[in-house]
Amino acid sequence: MSTRTVNHRAWWLVAPVVVLVAFNALIPMMTVVNYSFQETFGDNVFFFEGFKWYEQVLTSERFHASFVRQIIFTGVILAIEIPLGVAIALTMPRRGPWVSVCLVLMALPLLIPWNVVGAMWNIFALPEIGLLGRTVNAMGIAYNFTQDPASAWITTVVMDVWHWTSLVVLLAYAGLCSIPDAYYQAAKIDGASAWAVFRHIELPKMKRVLTIAILLRFMDSFMIYTEPFVLTGGGPGNTTTFLSIDLVKAALGQFDLGPAAAMSLVYFLIVLLVCYVFFTAVMRGEER
Amino acid sequence: MARITLEQIRHSYLSAPSGDADWALKQIDLEWADGGAYALLGPSGCGKTTLLNIISGLVRPSRGQVRFDGADVTGLDPVDRHVAQVFQFPVIYDTMTVHGNLAFPLRNRAMPPDAVDARVREVAGMLDLQDKLSRRASRLTADEKQKISLGRGLVRSDVNVIMFDEPLTVIDPHMKWVLRSKLKELHREFGVTMIYVTHDQTEALTFADTVVVMYDGAVVQVGTPVELFERPRHTFVGHFIGSPGMNVLPCTVDGAEAVFDGVPIPIAGDDDSDSDDAGSGPARAARVARPRLSPSGAGGTSGLELGVRPEFVCFSDDGFAVEVTKVDDVGRYRIVDIRRGSHLMKMVVGENDTIPSENPRIRFDPAHTRVYADGWLVAPREAER
Amino acid sequence: MSIELREVVKRAGAETHIHPTDLMLSEGVLNILLGTTLSGKTTLMRLMAGLEKPTSGRVRFRGEDVTGVPVRKRNVSMVYQQFINYPHMTVFENIASPLRVAGVSASEIERRVAGAADLLDLGPMLNRRPEELSGGQQQRTAIARALVKDSDLVLLDEPLANLDYKLREELREELPGILEEKGAIIVYATSEPQEALLLGGYTATLHQGRVTQFGPTPEVYRRPKDLVSAQVFADPPLNTAAVTKRDGAIRLDDAVAWPAVGPAADLREGRYTLGFRPYHITPSPVTENALKVEAKVLLAELSGSESIVHVEVGGHGWVSQSHGVHAVAVGEVEPMYLQIERFLYFGEDGALLAP
Repeated sequence: MSTRTVNHRAWWLVAPVVVLVAFNALIPMMTVVNYSFQETFGDNVFFFEGFKWYEQVLTSERFHASFVRQIIFTGVILAIEIPLGVAIALTMPRRGPWVSVCLVLMALPLLIPWNVVGAMWNIFALPEIGLLGRTVNAMGIAYNFTQDPASAWITTVVMDVWHWTSLVVLLAYAGLCSIPDAYYQAAKIDGASAWAVFRHIELPKMKRVLTIAILLRFMDSFMIYTEPFVLTGGGPGNTTTFLSIDLVKAALGQFDLGPAAAMSLVYFLIVLLVCYVFFTAVMRGEER
Repeated sequence: MARITLEQIRHSYLSAPSGDADWALKQIDLEWADGGAYALLGPSGCGKTTLLNIISGLVRPSRGQVRFDGADVTGLDPVDRHVAQVFQFPVIYDTMTVHGNLAFPLRNRAMPPDAVDARVREVAGMLDLQDKLSRRASRLTADEKQKISLGRGLVRSDVNVIMFDEPLTVIDPHMKWVLRSKLKELHREFGVTMIYVTHDQTEALTFADTVVVMYDGAVVQVGTPVELFERPRHTFVGHFIGSPGMNVLPCTVDGAEAVFDGVPIPIAGDDDSDSDDAGSGPARAARVARPRLSPSGAGGTSGLELGVRPEFVCFSDDGFAVEVTKVDDVGRYRIVDIRRGSHLMKMVVGENDTIPSENPRIRFDPAHTRVYADGWLVAPREAER
Repeated sequence: MSIELREVVKRAGAETHIHPTDLMLSEGVLNILLGTTLSGKTTLMRLMAGLEKPTSGRVRFRGEDVTGVPVRKRNVSMVYQQFINYPHMTVFENIASPLRVAGVSASEIERRVAGAADLLDLGPMLNRRPEELSGGQQQRTAIARALVKDSDLVLLDEPLANLDYKLREELREELPGILEEKGAIIVYATSEPQEALLLGGYTATLHQGRVTQFGPTPEVYRRPKDLVSAQVFADPPLNTAAVTKRDGAIRLDDAVAWPAVGPAADLREGRYTLGFRPYHITPSPVTENALKVEAKVLLAELSGSESIVHVEVGGHGWVSQSHGVHAVAVGEVEPMYLQIERFLYFGEDGALLAP
């Protein structure tokens, strides 16, 4: 039976977390909110500007371009990583000595620091000296990610897939492992095809973990910064300048604190909104 | 539907079994008649689920053959054997409605939609699920889910055998009754062979026409519930079947009488002892092999022992003296603990019978008193072997 | 020593899990909570343990108000349906764990663990790990751990439900003695009426969050206060029927009637609900003045020791349970015998009126 206890003392237990969150999230965020409504020329002198920066950001072509780029990038990597991750998880052994070998192999890319991933792929893909760059060029395909936008995009996507598909695999694998044997046996007896087993047993049982996987990958890829920054620096031109790279360029490169703050908040609200819509849609589906 | 024959089935979960203990199933020869209601009864770890999975094809035996109507199916997958199975915990396809669940095996076999719908409605009617067909299956109670698992077997017309692996484990006692009677009713209606695996003797004995008792990877006895109750072949069966189990007491034999603690105990063969010997295939097959049993907890297995069920012990002035140590009122009857010297026994006394307050004396019903040697029944069956 | 619930109510949102309940449980006997899943057994235990706080009402322990005192500050142990042991510890360490927490000296631990292990036949297993034990031994270990620390309150929530039939029988036999000697208040939840009868002690019947009756187990079984209590405490289910008393006779319908003698003699004329146990309708007469009725046999289950026959009498589906083997022809009309002197008559509100 599930019954809930109401005990107000429990609030004391969460108090430290509340304080911590206040320090590392709320206070910085309020600072950003503050900046976003003001103009500064240094020396701590501020002028109230109202919604001016927001208007500027929302009508800026540059913001639109990076936003569209961001949406395409996130869409592409989700479309690749989720099915690929599930497919790999399905082929992994459920028991036996190979389980731990597979799990360690899968976890490897996740253990590498993000800037190292960027640096690694940068060197790996260099057309003159990188193993990948040279091989592709040797096959007669023109490839140069520092100059050709298509090459830059493909390299960024492949790098992200290499880095993050493992996360999806591990989550999907955990979901698969929680399915009791009886389900597979019943399906065998009912004459279910491999596709039916996937559609009616494995996929429904993986639904929760896949929701989490999609959310995590969505947020992470939407905020991606380090790897493309190290790999391409947002170029060639602005072709791989995603939202966060654009944001940093505005804030640090040009020291436009007000517009950068407004941009951060718009950006934050987009992530929040998409996650919320997605999550409620999935949960409603579950209740039905 | 089919007659199922198990020939010299042995199974080990190890790749290179060496000792006796490595075999989950030691040697099984059984024949299951078409349309029978069978139970596989035994304590956990006796190999009954392994045997069930060997029949369904989920496990391939290390040795021996499985035959359906004489045809060797040992190498076939479950789907090609046309079997159905109900598991301990209800298996439900969460994404589907009740209708979808029941239709699933038919759709997988590419049956036309009209025929599927007609068949699903018919079976749902028999399972009292007709009002719930459009409900999401994941929202039902445990007993309804279990009915759906069963229904997925019943909808198929090609089913050779439906197997049940402790299907009432998660069901409330009140619903157990309803579901168990329903099963029996469905068995009568469909006439399909059913094999029911359980550790619960009540379930086994009330459901099945023939019960196979297993212990430690071997079949100990095959018989009707009445045979198992009245003539256990081994003290383990006497102990395991019946609640409380059989009293097993050390004895010696003196001519036609057994002697227990200095008291002569008459033993009479019962009249119908011949009839069950000419019984069905499995009954005979199982008598051939006499597996060696380790001590069963029903007393020692060495030497001669006397076995008498608590139901066949009664108070009688011409019996022998005992001491009553405890009386448990369980409603319908009372369970009386009695003692003679260091020997403890139990007896069952009806609701309307009295327990003497002074100098209680008891006697054993000669027609239901057995003698066992090394655990195996020797009298009154002595002449037959 | 006793624990008392006074007007205890437990609500969660719009749902009421426990309706106003008064219950007083004492040490030295087994207190059984009997009811189906979701009848409120577990919630009641959690309220007693202090794992939950009642929405209203008081919990008193040894006369002292302990409402809202958390479980840590009470001396409580619990045994669950699942075998809960520490997998990485030996049986000895498992049993010793509550004593180690309490800071008991090593020699004292040694002594008390040995005592508890002895009581539950775990002596030879002390150096093994839980995974090397059978289900029965694992649950014995959990019980030993609950008993070793001299709790004031020991709660057992369907402890035998996951065990094999025969192991259950064995433990049922040993448990009452072991528990009653403990000098703690013992509360034992079960969903099986047979188990309650075998364990004895005192029984509270629970139905949809209400304690419908509380008293010595055989008494609750034989003299249920109302129809619901009788139905909760019945396996196989209680046979029931609507009857009318008229002209000194109890009438089931036009065809079946019997003289209103014995307890039924004092009933006023009118409508009643009849309830009786399956072993009071049998294929052969058990008592001299049994009433013979014609019954259509729907289903027969012969288990060797008993015969369970599902019959239909006057449109009522009843179950008959009798000793031994009674061969009856399914689908035919057979005579059945009713022990009318054992019948229970309930009023329209469900209260027992006779006997």
